[in-house]
Amino acid sequence: MAETTIKYTMMAGIFATSLGGAAWAGGPADDKLVIDDELEITTRVKAPEGHPLDEVISGWHYRTDETRALEADSFQNPGMLYVERGEEIWNTVEGDAGKSCASCHGDASESMKGLGAAYPKWDEKAGRPLNIELQINKCREDNMQAEPYKFDAADQKSLTTFIKHQSLGMPVRLDLSQGDMQAWWDKGKEVYYRRTGQLNMACANCHEDYNGNYIRADHLSQGNVNGFPTYRLKQSAMVSLHNRFRGCIRDTRAEFPAAFSDELMALEVYVTWRATGLSVETPAVRQ
Amino acid sequence: MTLSRREALGLTAGFAAFIAFGPKATIAATPETDAAIKAFTGGAMPAEGKVSLDTPEIAENGNTVPVGVSVDSPMTADSYVESVMILADGNPNPAVATFHFTAISGAAEAKTRIRLAKTQNVIAIAKMSDGSTFMDTKEVKVTIGGCGG
Amino acid sequence: MAAPKPRVKVPKKASKGEVITIKTLISHPMESGQRKDKKTGELIPRQIINKFTCEFNGQVVFTCDMDPAVSANPYLEFNAKIEDSGTFKFTWVDDNGSVYTTEKKLTVE
Repeated sequence: MAETTIKYTMMAGIFATSLGGAAWAGGPADDKLVIDDELEITTRVKAPEGHPLDEVISGWHYRTDETRALEADSFQNPGMLYVERGEEIWNTVEGDAGKSCASCHGDASESMKGLGAAYPKWDEKAGRPLNIELQINKCREDNMQAEPYKFDAADQKSLTTFIKHQSLGMPVRLDLSQGDMQAWWDKGKEVYYRRTGQLNMACANCHEDYNGNYIRADHLSQGNVNGFPTYRLKQSAMVSLHNRFRGCIRDTRAEFPAAFSDELMALEVYVTWRATGLSVETPAVRQ
Repeated sequence: MTLSRREALGLTAGFAAFIAFGPKATIAATPETDAAIKAFTGGAMPAEGKVSLDTPEIAENGNTVPVGVSVDSPMTADSYVESVMILADGNPNPAVATFHFTAISGAAEAKTRIRLAKTQNVIAIAKMSDGSTFMDTKEVKVTIGGCGG
Repeated sequence: MAAPKPRVKVPKKASKGEVITIKTLISHPMESGQRKDKKTGELIPRQIINKFTCEFNGQVVFTCDMDPAVSANPYLEFNAKIEDSGTFKFTWVDDNGSVYTTEKKLTVE
């Protein structure tokens, strides 16, 4: 009978797993993110005024124990390899002007601190908001006289990761009073709630209505962007925000807009605002 | 002997589990896995115990699955763990990695991250300095995402 | 691809007889040889790091033979028993013949 009891327990265990054990019961994991036992990261915060949810929760809480642990150790976090690569690029001279990023901006840990928490920012000359990737390209063209990076070029992702990482732990806070930022926020909100594709789904369906639930085996988060560019286990590489936007929209079986198009820049403004108060986690680790 | 309803259910479930999983000694290794184990042990069937494999029950993505092994050994010049081979029974090729230890490794423990093509058994086989071999097996469920994939 | 860059974490100091933990990571795609090029449909040739070695003062501490099932940006964690001050040497061997190395010093106090 002992044998039977053991097997029975085993069977029960497997059902419990498939129906949801402790970590898989849905909802955000009850855990605290402290990087290297030193830096406390704000992963849950009261939502700003006008936010449809009561609490803003980082995607970190929706991942398994193992994935969460990867982000909590800056040595084990594979995204840190790209931060290091970004630092090399920062110090490398490129273009006809004979300059590197460092030629003008010096020590990134000072000059870039806080930027990653406050972008996209209004650019008067461009007449639209710029994110870090577009700001880098503007700098490369105007000041370095170098070719702008193509979307998702390896160096673009590494340099963006490095720059955003300088704001690690700082709260996301956009200034919507600059230029036409409010109008871009409005447009982004419209994109967020607009149903699209053959599956007729909006961002809000998964990330607002059903976060904490499962879509097949995927644990839906609130879709916050405070960790981008993010190291995704699936690609085993950094994934940019606009890459993820396009991937999400593609999965609704819709035509997806170009990276950095007005539509996706508006969406970036709006969803960055939705993450208000969460710490910058770049490079976050996700599934 | 009369069975209560609960006992009867338990028996049925137990029997189903027995069919589904089989006894531990005949873990359904593929011929490739079987050959890799024999090549490593010199033909012997590894014993249970001493080596323990640490894997997640469920991997969020099969591309990066953390695995750890530790072997119970004094790790002295006279008695140490020579090597530990990791195999993934359900991969196109079961070979994953082989750790080689020495008397100055201090502890016979190592961790890495591996690729698993699907839900499957991960196997660790330890070879001691006296030639004896030990094995541990853990099933890892690899999930398929809803959208992210 | 930028040249693979090793990262190693070793304590700077240890006491005599202490068993320390060493963590290593290197940027590398670990191309398995089983993926197809999306455009051409051709198999992308295998290119992985196939061997890792850690030595301390010329003595082998730990080595690892790797197969294509090791994840991209391979991570290894292991231990070493320290009796004297000295230098760790870490070596990664690529399928293409390249060898990447780095060293770390440790003082016994």
